[in-house]
Amino acid sequence: MKQGPHLLVMIALVAAATLFGRVLPTWTLSLATVAASNALIALGIVVLARTGNVSFGQGLFFAAGGYGVALIANAWGITDAVVQMLIGAVCGGLLGLVIGPLIARYSGIFFGMLTLALSMVFYGALVKSVALGGSDGFNVGRPSLFGMVFTDPREADFMLYAVSVVTTGFAGIAATILFRSELGLISLAVRENNLRVEYLGISANRIITINFVIAAVFAGASGAFALMAQRHIDPQFAYWTTSGEFVFVAVLAGYQSVAAVFVASMALELVRSFSNLYLPNTWQLVLGVFLLAVILFLPSGIGSLWIKQRRKRIEPAAAVPIAAREEIAQ
Amino acid sequence: MNFFLTVVLDGLIQASWLFIVALGLTLVFGVLKILNIAHGSFYALGAYIAATAVTLVAAHSLPPSVGFAAMLVSVALIASAVGLLLERGLLKMFYGRDEVVLLLGTYAVFLILEDVTKLIWGVNPIYATQPYELFGTFEFAGLYYVGYDLVLLPISAAIGFLVWFGLNRTITGKIVLAVIHNEEMSVSMGVRVNRVYAASFAFGVLLAATAGALTAPKISMQPGLSSDVIILSFAIVVIGGLGSVQGAAVGALLVGVARAASVHLMPQAELFVIYLIMAGVLMFRPEGLFQRETARRI
Repeated sequence: MKQGPHLLVMIALVAAATLFGRVLPTWTLSLATVAASNALIALGIVVLARTGNVSFGQGLFFAAGGYGVALIANAWGITDAVVQMLIGAVCGGLLGLVIGPLIARYSGIFFGMLTLALSMVFYGALVKSVALGGSDGFNVGRPSLFGMVFTDPREADFMLYAVSVVTTGFAGIAATILFRSELGLISLAVRENNLRVEYLGISANRIITINFVIAAVFAGASGAFALMAQRHIDPQFAYWTTSGEFVFVAVLAGYQSVAAVFVASMALELVRSFSNLYLPNTWQLVLGVFLLAVILFLPSGIGSLWIKQRRKRIEPAAAVPIAAREEIAQ
Repeated sequence: MNFFLTVVLDGLIQASWLFIVALGLTLVFGVLKILNIAHGSFYALGAYIAATAVTLVAAHSLPPSVGFAAMLVSVALIASAVGLLLERGLLKMFYGRDEVVLLLGTYAVFLILEDVTKLIWGVNPIYATQPYELFGTFEFAGLYYVGYDLVLLPISAAIGFLVWFGLNRTITGKIVLAVIHNEEMSVSMGVRVNRVYAASFAFGVLLAATAGALTAPKISMQPGLSSDVIILSFAIVVIGGLGSVQGAAVGALLVGVARAASVHLMPQAELFVIYLIMAGVLMFRPEGLFQRETARRI
């Protein structure tokens, strides 16, 4: 992605998106907050997917971030949104540092299954922990920003929207820089063939671990936003369907564009809330049909609508069957 | 000693129906290379259809044995049809795509089926307990067991044996094995892989739905059933090794006994224990207990 937009252009885009929140109606505002926070975690999945591994257990770090923030905020009386976000990111990142090196040895479906298993272990533990409210979870207070307390719900919503959009926007910019960096390019090489990367004298496991930790940090911060937006946390954060939705956002976006992740996340939230509103009993059905339609008609994701294939190799969907075919040919 | 026996017997009863579900999942993975998230929905579908069949039979004041037969026949018919339709109508469009995309495709089917069952059968729990009394009760080591539960054991063993025999000792089975091992070579040898795919998928659905029907008299059918079952059968299949019949059996036994033990000892740790086993097995044998390592591209 050498010809990506200039850094200043990207920062201007983030600023514009933040200010745009001023003209959005209130109901879209909270929707957009959730979408931005989901985009952040999906971005982590995209970062990790560039090494060829898809995590089906990002809910683990999402919940770790959320619970970490909720516990620390309740214990120390921290209400600042930015500090809470940082705490979430640190919680997710620390857990990622523990799990990453263990899990980097696995690949493909086993990687996915192991991450899923770990998140379900966490879910099982959370459901049964009475101190954390069990399956009901618990509530937390309203977030503040730099000492300002927002009593007007509209202002509070906008504040949260702004913080989450700015955070996600900067994470997106960081990801774009990362993708063009040496590490990002080696990640692609690891996806193509990790053994050949090892022969070149680079530890593929280390590359996967670093990307895994980045994804965990994003997921932790995203968990903090989800907590602040709902002001409630429960074990559902770690459940496999939650993780599945994040993977869906990542696949819906495709792996070509960072901006596509935001668009995909917003599209999913819109479909969900509209079908929730108008078809309360069949919103899962609508979501499922939407999912199938995207997979069938937009095989390279929403990003392919405005990005012509610059390089075929960027897209794992094309790369994997080739690898599989070569395996069969052996 | 008595406690030990109880745990083992309870575990075996659990394992018996879990094995049938996991067998379907592992076969579909072996042949189609799809980890089918919608598998749990087929289990739920089978359970719901069975409940309807049993209720209909009971409404005509026929004996429960007729109900038992009716539920198995109706489930077999509907499940095979649903399986064939889904494979031919939908899944075949996904072949050759990324593993993750396939997984998400079945996740979409799971979401759709979840709401379809809600639309047809509603959200309130429904029951179909009539066949449960069919085989009376037994006293065993000072404890009473419902005969129906114990009958599940030989049924499950028979299904397992039939699948093993069918795969390893018949021409059709050998063809399926050939497709599992090397699809391209099978095509060049004149195997109609499309048909094997369709039949295997339908058979997988049939197994899941049969397990659903067999357990229908024991449980209450309500939303959320499918996601509980898929989570358990995922664990079993991954523990045993994806695509392995023996693996599914051992995985089901392990999960069944672990579940029974944790229900008796620490009820709060049920789900936790199963996933801990799964994570442990994956740590030391990433391919599962019964999967040979496959050749890879260098």
